[in-house]
Amino acid sequence: MDFSYSDEQQMLQDSVQKFVYSQYDFDTRRKIIKTDTGFSAEYWSLFAELGWLTVPFKEEDGGFGGSAVDLMVVMEEFGKGMVVEPFLATAVLGGGLISELGSAAQKEAMLSAVMEGSLQLATAYAEPDSRYNLASVGTSAKKDGASYVINGNKVLVLNGPAANKLLVVARTSGEKFDRDGISVFVVDASASGISKREYTAVDGHRAAEVQFNDVKVSADSLLGAEGKALTALERVIDRAALAVSAEAVGAMDCLLKKTVEYTKTRKQFGVAIGTFQALQHRMSEMFIECQLARSIVIMAAMKLDTTASDAEKAKAVAAAKARVGRAMRKVGQESVQLHGGIACTDELDVGHYFKRVTTIENLFGNTDYQLVRYASL
Amino acid sequence: MNADFTAEELKFQKEVQDFLKAEFPQDIKHKVDNGIRLEKDDFVRWQKILYKKGWVAPNWPVEYGGTGWTPTQKYIFAMEMGLYGAMEPVAFGVKMVAPVIYSYGNEEQKKRFLPDILASNVWWCQGYSEPNSGSDLASLKTTAVRDGDHYVVNGTKTWTTLGQYADWIFCLVRTDSTAKKQEGISFLLIDMKTPGIKVSPIYLLDDEPEVNEVHFDNVRVPVENLIGEENQGWTYAKVLLTHERTNIAQVPNSKLKLRKLRDLAANTPDGFGGSLLNNTVFARKLAEVEIQVLALEYAELRTLAAVSVGKAPGPESSILKVVGTEATQFIDELYMEVAAYHSLPHIPEQFAEGFDGDRVGKGSLANSSNVYFNNRKKSIYGGSNEIQKNIISKAVLGL
Repeated sequence: MDFSYSDEQQMLQDSVQKFVYSQYDFDTRRKIIKTDTGFSAEYWSLFAELGWLTVPFKEEDGGFGGSAVDLMVVMEEFGKGMVVEPFLATAVLGGGLISELGSAAQKEAMLSAVMEGSLQLATAYAEPDSRYNLASVGTSAKKDGASYVINGNKVLVLNGPAANKLLVVARTSGEKFDRDGISVFVVDASASGISKREYTAVDGHRAAEVQFNDVKVSADSLLGAEGKALTALERVIDRAALAVSAEAVGAMDCLLKKTVEYTKTRKQFGVAIGTFQALQHRMSEMFIECQLARSIVIMAAMKLDTTASDAEKAKAVAAAKARVGRAMRKVGQESVQLHGGIACTDELDVGHYFKRVTTIENLFGNTDYQLVRYASL
Repeated sequence: MNADFTAEELKFQKEVQDFLKAEFPQDIKHKVDNGIRLEKDDFVRWQKILYKKGWVAPNWPVEYGGTGWTPTQKYIFAMEMGLYGAMEPVAFGVKMVAPVIYSYGNEEQKKRFLPDILASNVWWCQGYSEPNSGSDLASLKTTAVRDGDHYVVNGTKTWTTLGQYADWIFCLVRTDSTAKKQEGISFLLIDMKTPGIKVSPIYLLDDEPEVNEVHFDNVRVPVENLIGEENQGWTYAKVLLTHERTNIAQVPNSKLKLRKLRDLAANTPDGFGGSLLNNTVFARKLAEVEIQVLALEYAELRTLAAVSVGKAPGPESSILKVVGTEATQFIDELYMEVAAYHSLPHIPEQFAEGFDGDRVGKGSLANSSNVYFNNRKKSIYGGSNEIQKNIISKAVLGL
């Protein structure tokens, strides 16, 4: 049994940590999210240069190795800086689907561009009524000669505004909740018939609602076998769920640290408020939550890197996302409460961490969804 | 024991319901029902309608414009207003400064200020907290130094809700720095147009400038604006706080929100072909908070019954603050859970007056995470819930 990082993982952590610490302070982030694109192109190039964009990919795809533990290492550090660059959307979600489903030619054409930082992706899978059920797909792709014609509405398309290509989950056969008949297409973001409503989310990340209105794509834009994409999609979404859970572990550590520091310096009634036992116990509880969250994320990352069955892996991710969800609610709320009014303002970073962990709760299956899923697996 | 309304009271309830249906402006109701931000004018217009009816200030003594209602009538009125979605008059004038003025002000001050508060001609804001005086309010440092017929005020007040609209501010200021901290404080009314006052907005987590910092730089305030006696302000402020705690349980508002939540959950697919309301995990949580609000309602009624036989609301009213705010915050969490990822877009324009397109996100749920973020303030303001628990342990349990 060994919970320590390998030398390579240690170097990776040091490199991301150094970047966040020296180049991604709260003011820098604040400026970045207010720009037109909502991320820094310069930093994106830097991520590529430092090799971080290769982390989620297998060696045979030209990547760093694609281990879940590596991904956890990067995401935890991103969580500390609340990094908004579209790493998750491009490399984990979009890149993940191409890696899972793509032909050699499709991988060749796209994955190296992703790793070089020249191609950005977004995955259009969620729908207005699908909630977290990935099999609930109403968007249709109908065969028309050598093409497919896509119609439907997608929501919460992360990185939708900046993506060059969209990975669209659509139904090529079957009924709304059928596991069979779900396919993934790679569509140019500028294809005719696509309309987007772009927005900034509460956590500063960019996303879009995307409408597909008779969008015609060639048959070679199909990723993998027709109608057989759901299992791969589930694996990719689970990997994303693990990634944001690891990000949350980083963010929660910052919240705890900042809260402890604040209560040591904030004086009321002539003493630092951290001297009150009622508050000390609450911070101890936050610490416990942080430790349990970290532990279960490590468990799930390690499980994904084994040869366990898909069902076992899914169960591990469901457990992690559910438990981290509970921790995020508590640590987020308590950080704000113990800071008092100041953490209710836009000025202090604490509120922004709180918004990010709340967003994470709502992504890739919220706590209740994952609890029920865990129970059913 | 009996918690039924009498025939008279039922008649009164009907009268309030009819009044609301007839007089609460449709455009304001539309905003309330659809989560559109209310503007200053909406509050002023509605209060002027209540004023015409004589129903602005049920808690004031009749001689100053109160309604003379029994505690039960007041309860019925608050409940019907809340359930209909009609706003209470903005608290700073009617519920906060007015009781201090009619209890401790002189005749001249009563004549000068009370009628305009009642008629919503003047907007008031509160100058209590300071950057370094939150829970420990009595440590406040804003000074008022006597100079002839004036006080010269210097310092900074914060968390001044809707101060950007205010014509007047009531402040706690330090008039004696040598006395024990509670004993050197005075209660001063200040015209916001006085030179030397600067209001700077503070943006909250939903990106709205709901509160402000108010800076005082050698602001000259006529001595006739002092309420009561110099250095007695803390006593008056404590009285004000007990008034602030009436309706703090927010039961009517929570009931309305729960009713809407139930409808929304019934119409929200769970992703598997059913509705969220039929999902046992969600239904259980909804039941839990409904029961909590019911228990809270009866706790409030018991307090009310004690008041109606002449007892003052004691420190037990801290229960209402703690449970009331936590219940509304939990309801906010459930709204966000119903919305799921539809709560994530942050698009303030679509909650502004005049927006009539389709919202990104889903209807009124699209703002639910911002509402959740914003309402974290509830367990902090008005004496944080930790302070309320201190009150219970000291004043009730004798610890």
